[in-house]
Parts: sequence; structure tokens; C-alpha cells
Amino acid sequence: MDIKLKIWRQKNASTKGRFEDYELRDVSPEMSFLEMLDYLNKQLIEGGKEPVTFEHDCREGICGTCGLYINGRPHGPQQHTTTCELHMRAFKDGETIVVEPWRSKAFPIIKDLAVDRSAFDKIMNAGGFVNIDTGSAPEANNIPINKKISDRAFDAAVCIGCGACVAACKNSSAMLFVAAKVSQFALLPQGKVEAAERVQRMVEKMDELGFGFCSNTYACEFDCPKGISVEFIAQMNREFLSAKLCAHKGH
Amino acid sequence: MKQSNFKLSSLSHKTILALAGLFLMLFLCTHLLTNLLLLAGDSRAFDAAVAFLSSNPIIKVVEYVLFAGFIIHILMGVIVWINNSRARPVKYYVAQGSETSFFSKFMIHTGLIIFTFLVIHLINFFFIKLGWVALPDYAKDTHDFYSMAVVLFKEPLYVILYLVSFVFLGFHLKHAFQSAFQTLGLNHDKYFPAIKVIGTIYALVISIGFSIIPIYFLFFH
Repeated sequence: MDIKLKIWRQKNASTKGRFEDYELRDVSPEMSFLEMLDYLNKQLIEGGKEPVTFEHDCREGICGTCGLYINGRPHGPQQHTTTCELHMRAFKDGETIVVEPWRSKAFPIIKDLAVDRSAFDKIMNAGGFVNIDTGSAPEANNIPINKKISDRAFDAAVCIGCGACVAACKNSSAMLFVAAKVSQFALLPQGKVEAAERVQRMVEKMDELGFGFCSNTYACEFDCPKGISVEFIAQMNREFLSAKLCAHKGH
Repeated sequence: MKQSNFKLSSLSHKTILALAGLFLMLFLCTHLLTNLLLLAGDSRAFDAAVAFLSSNPIIKVVEYVLFAGFIIHILMGVIVWINNSRARPVKYYVAQGSETSFFSKFMIHTGLIIFTFLVIHLINFFFIKLGWVALPDYAKDTHDFYSMAVVLFKEPLYVILYLVSFVFLGFHLKHAFQSAFQTLGLNHDKYFPAIKVIGTIYALVISIGFSIIPIYFLFFH
């Protein structure tokens, strides 16, 4: 198949970017989207041009590194699919594909399609962990956990931190990401101990980093490659409200 | 936590916005019930309701709470909107194609239309009661809201403005009802689908309920 590409090119964070148009011939429908970009870059390099910078790592949908805004959707037109899992068969022959980086004040562009998502790391550092010296792995049955609860915690823990929720949200809000992280800990006994402090710290950091407010538009859930539910946002709201109302001073 | 004693977090803003919104939704119900008395055939039932509402001391206190509710809701809504408009300085080239709660994208716009209507509404009724606006000749006294309403409802231009405002209020409420529950953390797979349905019914009842009154006066009275 032949395709036309409109790709955002930007030298670095301080320069102004622009779209560049490319035409790519003989693209296999079986190529992944990233393989198609590799194919484009090969041609650019052979032509003595600067290749397109984009992020990728595992290329099997679990690391959260890839993330491109394709034709108006984070990770492209298929639901529950990361950019690396997306194949060219999802597009039509002759189609123009517009590729943009995640757009958010909190995710500044590094180069071309690569954005700095260390804001997510800062949120995690603010409280996304359990302060227990675990030592070696404890006996699994020492702490009984209801299977439904552990499944639910896992539904939150599948978040790969790719930032599609921020990219999809009209307010570029990080609520789904933070909610998933808050919930995965708050649901389990080990995480419950610090739940009240954790949610306050993570929300405070999220606000500080310039993400927008949630307006319950639910685009995040629709475009999350892991299908994380906005029910977790409600869970975080509950955790936050109870922490604000019930926690003692200094907690 | 040492912070945020003075600075409200995004979630606190949203919680206050939702609580004030729910309070205003409750007010809309009582306002609709009162207004429906306009359809009773003559002014007696409506006048009795106005007399009760303007003399009851509890209602007088609630009136201030209501104003506070409006101010807080508007203020929080504007703060949320300002913050959100700063969060993405460079917009996308291709419009966002994600499936979303449609009316959620236009809350500030529908809110602005409702606010404009609210100002006109206050000028037409409340300011007359306060004596800030001169009493029209057709009204018996400053509490003769029946005559004031009937005269306004016979003006086609006012009726159009009124109907348009209530259509947009319906759009606002369609998102607002379920959104308030979500913000307060009350989203649960057992009952949230029902909340969404109730929200839609509520939005329809409010906008249709208010709209039938001017239509009745314009065409059938």
C-alpha cells in the first residue's frame, strides 16, 4: 500500500516545529506502525535527511514508551491498542496519516514526536509506592486478600504510564493515570496504610506540574490502551475526600 | 500534609463545583414546581406560593444560600476553565476524535448562556422586588410576579430567548448530573448506569417543564 504522512518535526523544545509531508510507497499492511516509521527513517537516512525521532522500547504493548497521536487519537484508530501494536492494515491505501506528539504543557517536546513524560515519574515519586521494607518475598497466604479485590487492583495496575489519557483529555488532565496508581495501592492491605497521605501528595504533585482539571469527559477511558475505567477516578475522588475530611493534621 | 490549607487542589475545586451544582439542581426542582402553578388557570395558586416564599423567614435565609450557591458554582467553573485552557498551549492539528461525553466539552459555553439568562431573569423579577428596577404599570405590586410573567410570556422574542436558554440548560444538566456524582466519588458499576439515566430524565424534565409554560401563555392563553 502507498500512504501519505504528515509528521510533526521539531528540532528541540525551544525551537518552533512544523508539519512535514512524506509519501511512502510499498508499505506492507502487516507492518506495525513503528515498523512503517522505521521504513520511512531508512529512506530519510539514505537520502541524507534527518530521521524522525519517536520513542519505542518493547514493541509488544507493555512498556508504555511508544505513544503517538495518530489522526486525532492517541495510539491511533484502534481501541485498546498501543502504537506499537497498531498495524498498517488499520489504514486505507492512499490515506493521509497525521502524526503528532502528545500535546500537554506538562509533557514538553524533546524532539519531533518524543515528549518528556518525566512528570509521571515525579507524581510516582511523590507517593506512588509502599514504604515497607519487604525483605524477601513473604508467604503469599499470610495476608488474605479477596480475589475480587485483587482482580480490581490488577485492573488498575495494568496502567503502563504511556500518557494516552493526558493526550486524549481535552484538558490534558492526568487523572486517569494518577487514579490508577492511587487505586492499585489503596485497594490492597499493604498500600492501605499510607493511602490518605499518598493520594494527597500525588494529587498535589499532579496539580503542581500543570496538568488540567478533570471535567469527566471520559475520553481517557475510551483511549486508554489498557482500558482502565474512570471508576478508578471516582475511587481516587473518594480516597481524596475522605483523606481531606478525616485525616488528622500533619497526615 | 502541610500544604493546601490555603490553596485548594484541583479535586477540591471540583468537589465544591459539584456540591454547589447539586444544590442548584435541587433549587431548579422547587422553582419548576412553583412555576407550574402559573398553569393553574388563574393567578391565585401562584400568588399564594409567591406570598409564602417571600414571607417565610427560612426561605429568606435560603435565598442568601442560593446566591452563594450560584456565585461559588460560577467561580469554581471559571477557575476550572482557566486552568484547563492553560494545560495545552499547543493544540492538536487534527481535532480530537475520541468518544466522549459530548456536552462535557461545552459546559463553560452552556454555562455562559444560562448566566446571561439568569441576569435577564433577575432584572425582570428580582430587581423589581428589590426596587432597583421600576415597577411596570401592569403589575399590582412588586410581588405581582404572575402579571410580570404573563406579560413577558406574550412577547415572542422573550419566549424564544427563554426556550433557547432552557435547551442549553438541559445540555448543561445532561452532563452535570452524572458528572457531579463521579466527582464526589459515587461511581459504581451497580448504580452508575441508573444515575446516568436519571440525569438524562432530570435534564429533560427541567428543560421541558420550564418550556411548556411560555408556550402555553404565548399560544393558548
